[in-house]
Amino acid sequence: MTDKEMLFEYVLRLADDHLVLAHRLSEWCGHAPMLEEDLALPNISLDLLGQARSLYSYAGEIEGKGRGEDELAYVRPEHDYHNLLLLELDNGDFARTMLRLYLFAAFMELFWESMLSSKDEALAAIAAKAIKETRYHVRHSAEWVIRLGDGTAESARRMSEAMEDLQPYCSELFETDAVTEFVAKQGIGTDPATLEDAWQADIAKIFREARLDGDGLADGYQTGGRNGRHTEAMGFLLADLQYMQRAYPGMEW
Amino acid sequence: MYSQGLIGADDSTEETPEFLEAFQKRIDSEDKIEPNDAMPEGYRRTLIRMIGQHAHSEIVGMLPEGNWITRAPTLKRKAALLAKVQDEGGHGLYLYSAAETLGVSRAQMTEELLEGKAKYSSIFNYPTLTWADIGAIGWLVDGAAIMNQIPLCRTSFGPYARAMIRVCKEESFHQRQGYEIMMVLARGSEKQKAMAQDALDRWWWPSLMMFGPHDSDSQHGDQSMRWKIKRFTNDELRQKFVDATVPQAEFIGLKMPDPDLKWNEERGHYDFGPIDWDEFWRVVKGKGQMNRERIKARRKAWDEGAWVREAALAHAAKRRARQEANRQAAE
Ligand SMILES: [Fe+2]
Ligand SMILES: [Fe+2]
Ligand SMILES: [Fe+2]
Repeated sequence: MTDKEMLFEYVLRLADDHLVLAHRLSEWCGHAPMLEEDLALPNISLDLLGQARSLYSYAGEIEGKGRGEDELAYVRPEHDYHNLLLLELDNGDFARTMLRLYLFAAFMELFWESMLSSKDEALAAIAAKAIKETRYHVRHSAEWVIRLGDGTAESARRMSEAMEDLQPYCSELFETDAVTEFVAKQGIGTDPATLEDAWQADIAKIFREARLDGDGLADGYQTGGRNGRHTEAMGFLLADLQYMQRAYPGMEW
Repeated sequence: MYSQGLIGADDSTEETPEFLEAFQKRIDSEDKIEPNDAMPEGYRRTLIRMIGQHAHSEIVGMLPEGNWITRAPTLKRKAALLAKVQDEGGHGLYLYSAAETLGVSRAQMTEELLEGKAKYSSIFNYPTLTWADIGAIGWLVDGAAIMNQIPLCRTSFGPYARAMIRVCKEESFHQRQGYEIMMVLARGSEKQKAMAQDALDRWWWPSLMMFGPHDSDSQHGDQSMRWKIKRFTNDELRQKFVDATVPQAEFIGLKMPDPDLKWNEERGHYDFGPIDWDEFWRVVKGKGQMNRERIKARRKAWDEGAWVREAALAHAAKRRARQEANRQAAE
């Protein structure tokens, strides 16, 4: 890969992460357990979607082939989406939705903080906006992790089950490869492996308050998202996401 | 969005003539009635019903449009639709709060909706079949809602009037956004244009029905008008809507599905064909394509969320108990 291709890949991964999670959260709209969450989940989804849009536009610029946000977001084959597998899994119940959001947001909070000093001005600017939004996502989801973990026996059981479901996918957050090494060396990106200890410490605090056992959360074993090898859930997600662009290619909407 | 065609209202009231006369004087002097003011029971009941129906309409209305969030054709449209549906939820929240000032709880109102006892705007019992329906709903359904809600900004009950002022700004934004979706489709490919026309064909008549039965058939109009809860009759608002909307359709080259529609120079209004009131009552009474689905979807969300709401309450109680224990230990 050329330097430009490395940077393109790095930004595209981030964009895909945000699009895919925004899509999943948007599925709750109108179906949440209470009206307040019918407002909060779309709100968070909108933030993530906004971040995805900035990242796709920037990726398109880096690539320089005239692909805009929609061409990148909508018309690639499944294999070309390089998001974390964690983010494409079905929502499951409200416990799993909130736990996933928390695990990801807690990671992104550290990530965006480190990106504030990126030598890439466009990425530093995206980070500056995203960090404020991400702090709210962390607060909101952490509160739910605590409420559900330390709520009723039923909610605690569901939270534990969610932990078991998601645990295998958490290690992917910290994977390093030639792309992350390249951007880290250039001072334009963060090597996610460097964030793992801080992430562990942050989530341990919340899990303690939630009276949940968070040991081993980063000892996951599922991998493949960064290379486009997805779970079964992804095809269904793309069937919805891409429906209009596939059925009516090349039109203005 | 909507409450004009209030179905099943009961504005009978039993106060003394002196009390009613004094109340009417306040109304006539354009005084706003506030929650703690004395008011006729019929006035209170009518408002609870009206604001409740309006709130439920906002909430149920999230479903037909929410149906297209995951399939929106571009990121820009996806974000706009998500924000719109979220706005509708926000309207539901203000309106429930306005109704709560009259002594009814959100939980009670929700229960009535889920049990099928409370009405919501019948328009949401129609299905959203294509992307163009998102344009048609914004343009026509939010458009009809605005016709109804602008006068409600001056309705006699203070909290409702104030909620409407906030809501109206957002509804007009939705209307413009919906119209713009239709405009892009109407100027697009043949397939897109056909999609837009089909959506207009399906949504036009139900939008006209949103204003409720003809004045001659509406039993509750008069008292609500005297109490200045309503300021215009169903037929007046319907006519305003037709007059405003027909030129918009012409401008983007879509055809209204009404062979009798034509400008009447003498009246200074459009004449339009007869509304199918059998269809209106059929859908109001539960036989629209989506009546059962909509309520089932709301009930499913509510039932499946029960454990979450219970956990939140249990956690809050635990937290209070711990704070209390800490406080006692410190003393
Ligand atoms: Fe409304
Ligand atoms: Fe609304
Ligand atoms: Fe609206």
